Amino acid sequence: MSRDPKQRKKRLDRGIKVRSGDIFVLTSWREMLYVLVPRVLPMLFILVFILVATPYWKRVLVSMAMTGILALSWDLLVSTGLVSLGQALFFGMGAYVAGTLNHAWGWPYWATIPIATIGGGLICTLSLIPVLRLRGIYFAMITLVLPLVLVRIIEATKIFGGTEGLSGLSTFHYAAEELGISLLAFAAVLFGFRRLMGTDYGLVLQGIRDNDLSVISAGINIYWYKAQALFLAGSVGALAGAFMTHAYMFVGMPVFALDYSILPIASAVVGGMGTLAGPALGACILVPLSEALRAMGPLRVVCYGLFLVVFTVAIPEGIFPYLQRKYHQFEYWVKVEV
Amino acid sequence: MPIFRGNSPKMFLGTLVYGLVNSVILALVAMGFNMTFGISGIANFAYGALYILAGFGTWILLNSLAIPLFLAIPAMVLITALVGGLLYRFILIRLRGMVISEVIATFGIGLAIVEMFRFLGFIHVKYSLPVFSDGSIFIGGVYLDFQRAFIVVFGIALSGTLWVFTRHTRIGLAFRGIAQDERTALTFGIDSDRISALSMGFGGGLCALAAVVILPLRTISVDAGYEVLLEALAVCIVGGLGSSVGVILASFILGMAQTFTAMYWGPHWMMIVTLVAILAILAIRPSGLLGKQKELEERI
Repeated sequence: MSRDPKQRKKRLDRGIKVRSGDIFVLTSWREMLYVLVPRVLPMLFILVFILVATPYWKRVLVSMAMTGILALSWDLLVSTGLVSLGQALFFGMGAYVAGTLNHAWGWPYWATIPIATIGGGLICTLSLIPVLRLRGIYFAMITLVLPLVLVRIIEATKIFGGTEGLSGLSTFHYAAEELGISLLAFAAVLFGFRRLMGTDYGLVLQGIRDNDLSVISAGINIYWYKAQALFLAGSVGALAGAFMTHAYMFVGMPVFALDYSILPIASAVVGGMGTLAGPALGACILVPLSEALRAMGPLRVVCYGLFLVVFTVAIPEGIFPYLQRKYHQFEYWVKVEV
Repeated sequence: MPIFRGNSPKMFLGTLVYGLVNSVILALVAMGFNMTFGISGIANFAYGALYILAGFGTWILLNSLAIPLFLAIPAMVLITALVGGLLYRFILIRLRGMVISEVIATFGIGLAIVEMFRFLGFIHVKYSLPVFSDGSIFIGGVYLDFQRAFIVVFGIALSGTLWVFTRHTRIGLAFRGIAQDERTALTFGIDSDRISALSMGFGGGLCALAAVVILPLRTISVDAGYEVLLEALAVCIVGGLGSSVGVILASFILGMAQTFTAMYWGPHWMMIVTLVAILAILAIRPSGLLGKQKELEERI
């Protein structure tokens, strides 16, 4: 914290960053590599990891991918200016839709997961439309409370299996199938959302986050855009829930628990909010870390909590923006001229 | 809680009395959270953890170190206040203004404290604090033990003290100054970081006070760390974040609603009533019953 007051840090974009910013990236291998390495390297790393991993760690990868998707759905909402403290609502909605369809009529997973994705997203959007006008912390509180109410209602009325939940659901035929679908879905959501945010549509969404009044003055119906963002995020969150339901062959009250609300937010805070790649990276760190700490028994959650604190204090901007800066820019100290 | 069966005026009166006690308990629990949020704008998600920290701390002082109750309570209140202040000084000061980071950091600390107690094995029924004095009084057709009666008196006295404190002392006035307009307060020479640290300390202290008077009624459980946070949040949202009168009004509404639903409808529905109340308030009047209306900040 203490540093020489006569110096300041100067940042300069690397020349290669400027050269590879557009179609000109195709001019040489060096430029192409510069753009591709940060995208391809993590995927290669995961592929190599799959080759050496035990079946247990492959299951962890599935859970990691689904948490990553949930974190991406959180980040899409944040990019639209809707802070959600209750991703468990989306997750749980997808889980219960898929679980109920499978339990009641025995539909296979390739039917229930798509239906739960669309249906769960639709239910979440419809239930949040009445409060779409709320901003900031007030919207956040609504999302925090909704899943808690749903848990209590399921407990009190004993619908959908009540406290015991629905177990004995059908699952994937092969472990490879499960792993492949989950990782592909993760990559698709990550790159799809990043792409979306770069288009004009994404610019409108970010405009709503930065200054909703001026977006209204531009003659754009922000409620319609917010509802669409909600549907996108809700569907993707529901996809994660539906997938996990089939992976665990169980759906019950824990899907609405606080864990699934906290984990995406923690991933986003660790990775860097509003960047989409950040939350994905955060999930790839936090979920395996939480599994690695499992050996410590009950002390695991303590370490996890402290880890979050240390991270938020040490790198408040998040890992991804930090790495991005280091990759794209030179940094050096210059003397302040008085 | 006494279980009555059948409908009778006596049952109604009894429920009213216990509803009153429940309301004061809610108000006590929410007061510290509300104070910190009202002054420095920090939603202290480690609040429930401070609550059980105070409870278990007092238990340790009493039983392991054999310190008498009248010394152990002030000591623990001071320690908890100190913990709150230090949390601000060393952690939250670096995150000021980044609301989500604040929430994550305080939640992380809370998680660490609560689960540390679980790890250390504080999960048995034997962990309970002694009541201040045994005995009970007969009021409104039911027997009310002294502890519950004391809580009511204590709650009223504490809110009175706080009212005087925030209006007639230098620190209290500085608190209100920062709460009303941080920049203007700065120009008057009020150090906003010091006041925020103090507000965290006061929040922690109030939380510890609530813990030592309420916990003799039940055993101290680790999970109370999460429940208390939720209760404090509920009361503050319904009353209006940062509004002291609103907190008291909201705790009476929620306290009575909870007790009456538990008595006439079943304990399952108690929490649902609370949560639905929060949803309704947020949807209809987001700033709470008595919170200051901030039209464009809350909805657009």
